[in-house]
Amino acid sequence: MIEKDVVIVGAGPAGLAAGIEASKAGANVLIIDLNIKPGGQLFKQIHKFFGSSAHRSGTRGMDIGMLLLREAEENGVEIWLKSTVIGLFPGNKVAVEKGLENEAKEVVTILAKKIIVATGASENVVRFKGWTKPGVMGAGAAQTMINVNHVKPGEKVVMLGSGNVGLIVSYQLMQAGCDVVALVEAAPKIGGYAVHAAKIRRAGVPIYMKHTIIEAIGDETDCVKEVVIAEVDDKFQPISGTEKVIEADCVAIAAGLKPTVELTRLLNCEFTFNGVFGGFIPLHNKNMETSVEGVYVAGDATGVEEANTALEEGRIAGIAAAQSLSLIADKEAEEKKDAIWKRLEMLRLGPFGERRLSAKEVVLAEYLNKVGMPQAEIKLKG
Amino acid sequence: MQTKNKGADTMCLRVENHVILEVDNNVPLVQITVDGKMIAAKEGEPILAALLANGIKINRYTLKKQEPRGLFCGIGQCTDCAMVVDGKPNVRTCITPVRDGMVVETQNGLHKEVERK
Repeated sequence: MIEKDVVIVGAGPAGLAAGIEASKAGANVLIIDLNIKPGGQLFKQIHKFFGSSAHRSGTRGMDIGMLLLREAEENGVEIWLKSTVIGLFPGNKVAVEKGLENEAKEVVTILAKKIIVATGASENVVRFKGWTKPGVMGAGAAQTMINVNHVKPGEKVVMLGSGNVGLIVSYQLMQAGCDVVALVEAAPKIGGYAVHAAKIRRAGVPIYMKHTIIEAIGDETDCVKEVVIAEVDDKFQPISGTEKVIEADCVAIAAGLKPTVELTRLLNCEFTFNGVFGGFIPLHNKNMETSVEGVYVAGDATGVEEANTALEEGRIAGIAAAQSLSLIADKEAEEKKDAIWKRLEMLRLGPFGERRLSAKEVVLAEYLNKVGMPQAEIKLKG
Repeated sequence: MQTKNKGADTMCLRVENHVILEVDNNVPLVQITVDGKMIAAKEGEPILAALLANGIKINRYTLKKQEPRGLFCGIGQCTDCAMVVDGKPNVRTCITPVRDGMVVETQNGLHKEVERK
């Protein structure tokens, strides 16, 4: 059986940062990712990030991705691509399915001293009549097509949701040459940053506040050709008689994300529900260690935030894993982790960030209450 | 069951000039066959991207109601873009790169052909 000091699931910002830190400390690190290329969702973030200079504000996400990949390579981090972790078993065994979908696959089991789960998040959907028709997709899917694959998902797009993803992807769709024919938002106020919303307004995108999509209508092949929107009342119910038909061949749904938690569920990690973070998340301590000893989490898989917080959490997990393997002196590790937690506080500022700062404190406190110390034994249910 | 995709000649949906991204328009092309029709694809791109660029939006029809499905998550999570590739069904085309000579077919239910009662 292949043996590794640290096995990391996911080569996005959190996983790469964790790998870099653990490797810097001298750990033998393997990152596993199902995609063709590493970097997670960073390479579709072609906009400049906010934050302080410590977080490379003003740098585009895709450039941060390049920097991370270079740093990972320089530090000898091994990455398996086109490989899916299909199971985590007691005794820190990681089952990996290697190979592309259209090729013969091989299942390999790896014995890991420490596991870091950095699986990210998946997009939420909004169900309206016709939501399954070709042409209706996640806003992230549309963003992947234009920014990574350089292919337009449609010519005329209706964006549903005015959070930062909805606003940014709308703008990027226009940069790619798509026509954003409507931005639809059920709430009475724009969800995302005013600066992003202003860009959309300046570009003349029709913004429908207090509206929702009630139907996507298909053409003769059942692909989207029209979208019916309607005004909603204070209880978000469509108001009869306010329907409006918009010609469009693409609907992008930007209704938030939820953490991808299957692997931590498999290990029976203690969970909690947190609305701010997008749903059920594994409890963790300030080492990013779950209730199961030696299993760490980082990034959106611990609660949906953004790339920079994912990166910083990844660093903490990588350092903590190396520390528990006695590869870093405790004093040095504690200093490093403290510095990162301080930087994370800076990222969790402002009207949007403060909610996440206090939500994180709730999660950390609940860990102390419910778990206390990570448990070596895995309690199997039933 | 005949695919109802509009096919290659309707439109070209590639992003060619971009204010931020450097789009390489000189990537070598390969040929793939989609439901018997040859289309050009950029070497190394996901099958799904090549199909979209050629105006093909339907990847499969569902088992019970034969409803069409297409791109939904784009990152290998949802399986809506599954197709039959080189005879193998349930291949997620958004995370599988094209290869010259690849044979891609619209999936019906769990296979290539729909099993009708």
